[in-house]
Amino acid sequence: MQNFKKDFPLLMHQDIAYLDNAATTQRPLQVLEAEREFYEKYNANPLRGLYDLGVLATEKYEESRETVAQFIHASSSREIVFTRNATESINLVAYTYGLANLKEGDEILITVEEHHSNMLPWQMVSQQTGATLVYLECDKDGLISDEMVCSAVNEHTKLAAMTHISNVLGRKNPVETLIREVHKVGGVVLVDAAQSAPHIPVDVQKMDADFMAFSGHKMYAPMGIGVLYGKERLLEEMPPFLTGGEMIEVVTRCGATYAELPHKFEAGTVNGGGAYALAKAISFIKEIGQDTIEKREMELTRYAFEGMQQIPGIRIQGSTKAEEHYGIISFALDGVHPHDIASILSEDHVAIRAGHHCAQPLLAYLGVRSTARVSMAYYNTEEDIDRLLQSLSTMRQKMGY
Amino acid sequence: MEIKSYYNEILTDHNLHPGHKEDLVGATCVHEGINPSCGDDIILQLQVEDGIIKGGSFNGDGCAVSQASADIMLDLVVGKTVDEAKRLADIFMRMIKGQASKEEIEELDEGAALQDISHMPARVKCAVLGWRTMTEMLDQKLK
Repeated sequence: MQNFKKDFPLLMHQDIAYLDNAATTQRPLQVLEAEREFYEKYNANPLRGLYDLGVLATEKYEESRETVAQFIHASSSREIVFTRNATESINLVAYTYGLANLKEGDEILITVEEHHSNMLPWQMVSQQTGATLVYLECDKDGLISDEMVCSAVNEHTKLAAMTHISNVLGRKNPVETLIREVHKVGGVVLVDAAQSAPHIPVDVQKMDADFMAFSGHKMYAPMGIGVLYGKERLLEEMPPFLTGGEMIEVVTRCGATYAELPHKFEAGTVNGGGAYALAKAISFIKEIGQDTIEKREMELTRYAFEGMQQIPGIRIQGSTKAEEHYGIISFALDGVHPHDIASILSEDHVAIRAGHHCAQPLLAYLGVRSTARVSMAYYNTEEDIDRLLQSLSTMRQKMGY
Repeated sequence: MEIKSYYNEILTDHNLHPGHKEDLVGATCVHEGINPSCGDDIILQLQVEDGIIKGGSFNGDGCAVSQASADIMLDLVVGKTVDEAKRLADIFMRMIKGQASKEEIEELDEGAALQDISHMPARVKCAVLGWRTMTEMLDQKLK
């Protein structure tokens, strides 16, 4: 088995089974060096300078945008807006497209599985415009079927938002069906790809998504760089989100004309080093191979899933099939609170997440207050999982049972 | 930081076999304490008469640290005056911040079992939930 950890300084230097990859991944040396390289070799304010260095900075920034466009198969880099993270990308759409196009009588359709970042912006749009926020419920094991999608969409559905892969249950949702159905009634769909883009190939054109949001830091890039994809036709018509420098053509005392796409949505000095490092992270993913990543993560998921099923007292949330978990396993251990699970695992140098995972409505729907969550990346090993399983298997005893 | 030192027998025993996790008949005040970020939630009930805490109980849901700490607190403060309970809560809070003396910590009896939480910032709010809730309640009552 290839040692994938060798690219990741933190994993090489620390004794840790890092299993909180759905929160953020580790970063490979190539990405860390890329960010440094940008500031060492190309640093000037992108999109401004008329001198050579400024032009170079702009080139590197725009090449990074092109790399992102190719990664998700966008038809043009004009459809790629750099943001801080998926949360900001979704807010951008809510505050611009949402507030400008929705009105009383319209419906916004989201699912109960959404991360708060794909829920609160739509609550805001609903409150401000009078549009009704409708929740698509899942089954108790997290399934959203094509039939459930079809019966939730109606002629009032003007906007729908759905997570591609649930950050709690790891289940993949039928975004293609939702997009098809919502398009039939003339609405638009935003896909939250924060948990999918790092792990499985994503093709916005094949999917026909209108908007897509994801974060760099969940796919080996630095924190603070994220992406919004939007169809050019829609982005063109949207009002700007933030205003100020960089996003204008002409400013007078009483108004301004805005810059062309995508700069209209990138007010202020951009995160040049972050964008450059994100492009490097994408090249890195391509070098490892998206097929290799997906296959390896499924092997690890199955290994962890089967091991956890053997431990008395563990109840796994969501599907009973490992292959429907995409690297994410949320679970409860009878009598041991998730926070205590995470603390005891930490003692054994195993890092997992405990809490509500920013999805309180889903947890309420599932009837739990919090869960523990294991989430894997391709660089994890069977040894990491064994450490998890070893610690879990003695945990009830440690807690006095 | 060795976690074993705070997931000790005192803590696990209070978590699994709490002496005060029940409804209190004759309660004179009720107050809820929540840690929104992690979902720990306790409802503290006290029976306070003539400035003395005659009885106390709690209900709720949370991690072992939050639940055991509340139970240990009630063992300590039932039978004491309101002022004494507030003084002990103050010592507990300072112990968690690493600012209490050895003599003070001894006054907390089994509460001392939680002193190593001071090295675990992520768990501090769990440990102080019961104490914070009681202090808020007693301060409101005296207003």
